[in-house]
Amino acid sequence: MLSGEKASSEEITKAFLNLAEKENENIGAFLTIAPEQAIASARESDKRRSRGAPLSHFDGIPIALKDVFVTKGMRTTCSSKMLENYIPPYDGTVVEKLKNMGFIIFGKLSMDEFAMGTSNEHSAFGPVKNPWDLARTPGGSSGGSAAAIAAGLTPVSLGTDTGGSVRLPAAYCGIVGLKPTYGRISRYGVVAFASSLDQVGPMTRNVSDCAAMLSAIAGYDPKDSTSIPGDLPNYHSLLSGKIDGLRIGIPSEFFSGGIDDEVRSSIENAIKTCEKLGAKTVSISLPHAKYAVPCYYIIATAEASSNLARYDGIRYGFSAKRNLSLDDLMKASRTAGFGPEVSLRIIVGTYVLSSGYYDAYYLKAQKVRTLIKEDFFDAFKKCDLIMSPTSTSCAFKLGERSDDPVQMYLNDIFTSPVNLSGLPGMSIPCGFSREGLPIGLQIIGRPLDEGRMLNVAYAYEQATEWKTRRPPI
Amino acid sequence: MKYEAVIGLEVHAQLKTRTKMFCSCSTSFGDRPNSNICPVCTGQPGTLPVVNKNAIEMAIKTGLAVGCTINTKSIFARKNYFYPDLPKGYQISQHEFPLCTMGYMDITYEKSTKRIGITRIHLEEDTGKLMHDMGNPNESHVDFNRCGVPLIEIVSEPDVRNPKEAGEYLRTLRNVLVYLDVCEGNLQEGNFRCDANVSIRPMGQEKFGTRSEIKNLNSFKAVERAIAYEIERQVKLLDSEGKIVQETRLWNDAAGKTESLRSKEEAHDYRYFPDPDLLPLKVSNEWIEKVRKSIPELALERSARFVSQYSIPRYDADVLTDEKSIADYFEDVVKSGAPPKKASNWVMGEILRQLNEDGSEISACKISPAGLAQLISLIEKGVISGTMAKEVFAEMYRSGESAETIVKTKGLTQMSDSSEIEKIVDDVIAANQAQHAQYKAGKETIFGFFVGQVMKASKGKANPAVVNELLKKKL
Repeated sequence: MLSGEKASSEEITKAFLNLAEKENENIGAFLTIAPEQAIASARESDKRRSRGAPLSHFDGIPIALKDVFVTKGMRTTCSSKMLENYIPPYDGTVVEKLKNMGFIIFGKLSMDEFAMGTSNEHSAFGPVKNPWDLARTPGGSSGGSAAAIAAGLTPVSLGTDTGGSVRLPAAYCGIVGLKPTYGRISRYGVVAFASSLDQVGPMTRNVSDCAAMLSAIAGYDPKDSTSIPGDLPNYHSLLSGKIDGLRIGIPSEFFSGGIDDEVRSSIENAIKTCEKLGAKTVSISLPHAKYAVPCYYIIATAEASSNLARYDGIRYGFSAKRNLSLDDLMKASRTAGFGPEVSLRIIVGTYVLSSGYYDAYYLKAQKVRTLIKEDFFDAFKKCDLIMSPTSTSCAFKLGERSDDPVQMYLNDIFTSPVNLSGLPGMSIPCGFSREGLPIGLQIIGRPLDEGRMLNVAYAYEQATEWKTRRPPI
Repeated sequence: MKYEAVIGLEVHAQLKTRTKMFCSCSTSFGDRPNSNICPVCTGQPGTLPVVNKNAIEMAIKTGLAVGCTINTKSIFARKNYFYPDLPKGYQISQHEFPLCTMGYMDITYEKSTKRIGITRIHLEEDTGKLMHDMGNPNESHVDFNRCGVPLIEIVSEPDVRNPKEAGEYLRTLRNVLVYLDVCEGNLQEGNFRCDANVSIRPMGQEKFGTRSEIKNLNSFKAVERAIAYEIERQVKLLDSEGKIVQETRLWNDAAGKTESLRSKEEAHDYRYFPDPDLLPLKVSNEWIEKVRKSIPELALERSARFVSQYSIPRYDADVLTDEKSIADYFEDVVKSGAPPKKASNWVMGEILRQLNEDGSEISACKISPAGLAQLISLIEKGVISGTMAKEVFAEMYRSGESAETIVKTKGLTQMSDSSEIEKIVDDVIAANQAQHAQYKAGKETIFGFFVGQVMKASKGKANPAVVNELLKKKL
């Protein structure tokens, strides 16, 4: 991508580093900026390209990542006091792939602590602001990534999506965010929140970049037993822009009540645009999707309570004062190291797995999960993909929903069923509110059908002007 | 009241895989602390487990050897609890759906055979090891070398009725694991560990009594003693107070008693749930059949073969096959040319006696099977006498020198040349006229006296057979 350009990787990387330093005061997206490592890597990249031996066509491109990706020798905090000073001893698979292709990792981006949240307000290091309106949330949990891309502070980024954490901030910040099929991208080296739901996803300015990034990081990984074996399509080559005869499923449940009018009309217009491009719409039903949020919050918290048990103040991470008994040391470290939302979810997760409650909560949630999944598979007999709003509203004001966790959890209402079903989903910009806030269209595909999903997103993007708008900052 | 004890045994056996259960670290024992660790087995954020196929194969092998059903689908579950030797805050184990179920093992006890049911065998990972007393009394350390080493847990049905049966069950089980080459079976190194569940009930009653779980059993002897103690304790308690509390107890070997560790109320709620990082474990029938074919000859079969192939007594065969390494040694001695019964006598006699005396293992023995076969052959050929052989053996055992070398350097060669012996015989008879007269008068018991005198005069080198022959002729 840099091959035809006159600028060197070093110049471009320095430009992004400067911008990040300068703009971060306003946005708060960066937790770590690593100029020395980045410039050294950029120089290596420039040498390779001047020798005519780039590692890939991405060689020399700077990238900042959500701080959930483990980076060897570079602080990885998960926006938590628990890992404030944690320097990982290894690179995760995705990070290794990025490095092997010559990407320059120049910083780490804010998020909700341990990816638990939908507003990025649950960060131990302060909230991130939405570049479209600094009084508003960028969405979460990958809020730092979405805000940084929207503000032009990184060309591309990666997030993780457990219940909507890539798609929701993408919608709120007017960018493209994709959560692939569960198992499409390796989770090795991604700090776990809820293992059966977590997926890595590219976050980009446009669909073409999104397809390229997906091809770059996806694929089977023997280090992740849940990753899917098999060949990977070249997603970029599937962007024909032709969607003649495509059947788009419209789930009635995702359009009834609770949605802002502006959001509803934007989505309806987007669907009409697709029809003009040759697609047909089909009415479908997802009757169990309404149980997705409670189901999600049982399964995700259960898994999280176990995944976060390793942070006990013994081997690494935050440790309370040492002159305590073993039990007290672990309790004190966890109490002080985790923020309130993480503590709340650990308590809920511990409760739903406890003997005597397991059947009523965890087991029942697993059954509901199966029903939600079956709804989608039934629907896909009638349609090729599904469209819905990504969220019920545009970005809300910082602090607006902080006092009401249930209201906050409802931000996941359209996205979490997709995670529970293991399906691919993405959010693309499809309009703006009167206040100038971006609105996101969610596209949901069949398992491993990211190519078709990306192509319809591409066709829509080419037919509209939304991608040319920039935030006011 | 008369009571009956009901005992169930849980064995944790470390599998002899080269690498750990969920990562590629070495399982080597006794290395420098924390030298065999990686991000996965120390529970670094973001790491994921990958199942060791070899461990599964060994578990299947064990299951098949004890008649279990091998479940083609089993599930890894997380057992959640906090402890510094458990870096993830949970142990990956199997809970509701284990790999092997419903097996059995026959044990021979007081000459009768009894079948002990095996409820299940499941796979899990070992924990690290806490190290105290490293110089600073306020500090403890953790060694994660053991953390993630594959274990199988073998759970018996509550079919055991007394301490001796428990001991026999464990010895037989250990023997099977060692024969299968899936476990070292070394209790001291902790790669074969046992917990016992003990309860009592009035004779004839079907319902089980309240059980206690006994931990910290570090030898077969300790198991038998602890169970015996626990039964007695429960009997006294039931007779005096009429009830027993469910609890976990620790065996204190020095004090010879069990001590309460925690009650049922204090027991952990492990919050088991299927591990979302691992897919259900699927094993194909083809794989199971392939493993079945790889099961080696076990002790019972081997003993029977020794009787038929080598014509040694059943007793010898049983003793020799009790320990796989001893049976292997014996067969190697025979393969090196020693007559089987002679080989058996030497292995069961001198070798086992010496090893027992030193508390040593056959693997550490300086006498190779071929070396022992050579010693036996020297006796067979009449080069040395049985008495000399004992002396040579002791030297071989000490120094590792070959029998031939020792015989040569010590000048121990037996005197078989009859003209040489004849001279000594003549001298002895001439010097002991009185005794000669008694012999002639019919006192045949004095014959031994003459043999002794000849042997003494020859410094033990005279071939006893030749001496006998000559004496009979000359007296």
